[in-house]
Amino acid sequence: MSLLRDLYQEVILDHSKSPRNSAQLSDANRQADGYNPLCGDKVTVYLKVEDGVVEDVSFKGAGCAISTASASLMTQAVKGKGLAETEELFKRFHGLVTGKAEEGAELGELMAFQGVSEFPVRVKCATLAWHTLQAALEKEAGIISTE
Amino acid sequence: MTTGQSMTAAGSSSIGESRLDVEQIRQDFPILGQQVNGKPLVYLDNAATAQKPRVVIDAIQEYYQTYNSNIHRGVHHLSQVATEAYEKARVKAQRLLNASESREIIFVRSTTEAINLVAQTFGRERLQAGDEVVVSAMEHHSNIVPWQMICQEKDARLRVIPINDKGELLLEEYERLLSERTRVVAVTHISNALGTINPIEQMIEMAHQYDAAVLIDGAQGAPHLPLDVQALDCEFYAFSGHKFYGPTGVGVLYGKGDLLDSLPPYQGGGEMILSVSFEETTYNVVPHRFEAGTPNIVGAIALGKAIDYVTHIGLERIAYHEDELFRYATQQLSGLPELTIIGTADSKASITSFVMDDIHAHDVGTILDQEGVAVRTGHHCAQPVMDCFEVPATSRASFAFYNTKEEVDVLVEGIGKVIEVFK
Repeated sequence: MSLLRDLYQEVILDHSKSPRNSAQLSDANRQADGYNPLCGDKVTVYLKVEDGVVEDVSFKGAGCAISTASASLMTQAVKGKGLAETEELFKRFHGLVTGKAEEGAELGELMAFQGVSEFPVRVKCATLAWHTLQAALEKEAGIISTE
Repeated sequence: MTTGQSMTAAGSSSIGESRLDVEQIRQDFPILGQQVNGKPLVYLDNAATAQKPRVVIDAIQEYYQTYNSNIHRGVHHLSQVATEAYEKARVKAQRLLNASESREIIFVRSTTEAINLVAQTFGRERLQAGDEVVVSAMEHHSNIVPWQMICQEKDARLRVIPINDKGELLLEEYERLLSERTRVVAVTHISNALGTINPIEQMIEMAHQYDAAVLIDGAQGAPHLPLDVQALDCEFYAFSGHKFYGPTGVGVLYGKGDLLDSLPPYQGGGEMILSVSFEETTYNVVPHRFEAGTPNIVGAIALGKAIDYVTHIGLERIAYHEDELFRYATQQLSGLPELTIIGTADSKASITSFVMDDIHAHDVGTILDQEGVAVRTGHHCAQPVMDCFEVPATSRASFAFYNTKEEVDVLVEGIGKVIEVFK
C-alpha cells in the first residue's frame, strides 16, 4: 500500500474530492482545452492575465483523481504569479512527476505529486492541466492533447 | 520442438469431461506464472488481447528456426513447407468458422483491417449516393470509422441502431432503420465495452429481407462462442488472431465465396496479381486477390496452432467455463454498493464493465495493478457507448478460459483496496 499512499496522498484525495477554483472564470481573457485520449480526461483552463501576471485562474473538467487534484492545486499555485515564474513552476513540477526533480526545487503543496514518478503511465494525468495552462498562456488555438 | 507435441492442456484434461482442468491449462501459458508488483499476475484484460499458449510461441520459433521462407513463390523446399503451413492455417480457420471453402478465408492484419477491406471493396463498389450503412451504438471505433470514411466518399448515410439502458440493441428500431436503401449492416457479435451478445442470427435474417449484406465484427465473439458462418448466413465475419490466443498482426476475414469473387482488390502489389504489364494487370483469384504483398506468414501459422489448441479444448466447454466465471464475477461485484456494472444485457459473455462512485476508472486501474490485477480502463475505443451511459470511462474485467474463481476473488479484494484508498 505504501506506493499507493505515496501516489494518493491526503492532499491529492482532498483536492480530487473538493477541487478548488473549479468553475468557469467569467472575466477570463485566455483559455484552452486539454484532452488525454488515453483515459478521456478533459480539462478547460481559464486565465485572467494582466500586465504579465496571472491575476486569476480556474478550471473545469472531468478526470481521474490525479488529474483533478493536479488542476486544483495548480490553480492555487499559479494565482498571482508572473508568467516567467509560472513557466518555471511547470518546469519544476514536470521534473518532480517524471522523477527528475531539481535539487531543492521549491514546490510547496505540489510536492504531493512526487509519488506520480513511480507510476509513469500517470504522468500525463498529472501534467494535463499544466500543459493546458501553458497552451492558454501561449494562446494556442484548438485542443491540447497529451498524445 | 516438433509441432503438435505439447497439446497438453486439452490432452490431459480428458475431452470427455465437461469441466476444464484449469490448473493444467494454466501450465500451457508461460506468462501466467509470473508476479506483477510482487503479486501473482491476475490477467483480466483478455478482451484487449489474450495470452498465448506455449504451442503458439513454439510455432513462431519453429517457423523462424526451421522453415522461414516466402510463400507461393519459390520452387525450393523451404518455400514449399512454408506455403503448405500457411495454407493449412487457412483450412484451420475455415473449419473453425465452418466456412464451405478455404478460399473464403482471407488473412489480414486484424479485425480492423478486415473491416476496412470490406468497406473499401464492397463499400466502394456497391455504395451509391443516398444508400445507407447501418451500424450499432455499441460498435468499436473500428466498426464505425471505416464506414464513416466510405459513406463520406460515396455520399451515403451512416445509420445507428440505438441501445437501451441495459446495453441491448433495440431490434424494433433496427427494423425501422432497414429499407431498400440499406446496403450494409455492420454489427458486433459481442460488445467489447459491455459484453452484450447480440442476436446476430435474427439481425442477419432481418437485413437479408432488404438484400443488405451483413458484416459481423467477431473480435470478441470468435474467441468465446462456437461459430458456423453457413448457418449464420452472414456475408462477412472478421476476427483478430491476438484475441484468439494467437499472435498480433494477423486476423481473419471470412467472406462468401461468390461475393468475394465479384469484388475488386483491396490493395495492389505482389501476390494479388496473375500478370502485370504497364498497360494492364490481371488480378489473382480469391483469396490471393485480397492478400497483396508478403503476408504475416508466421502469424497465420501460429494462429492456426491457436485454433488447434482452442478447438481441441472445445469452444462449448470454453464458453461454459467462461460463463460460470462471468456469472460469479457479476454476482461478487454486484454485492459492492460503491460499484455499478455498465451493461446488464440478458445475454452477455465474459466481459464485465463497471464504474465506481466518485472514483475514476484510471485510479481503479492503478490500484488494481498494484495488486497484480490487470484490467482495462478507459473508453475501450467505444466512445459512443460511453456517451450512451454518460460515463467518461469504465474499468473492464474480461475473462478467458484460463481464469479462475480465485482470480475473481483477488479482483474483488482489489476493489476493496480501491475503496479503502478513497474512503
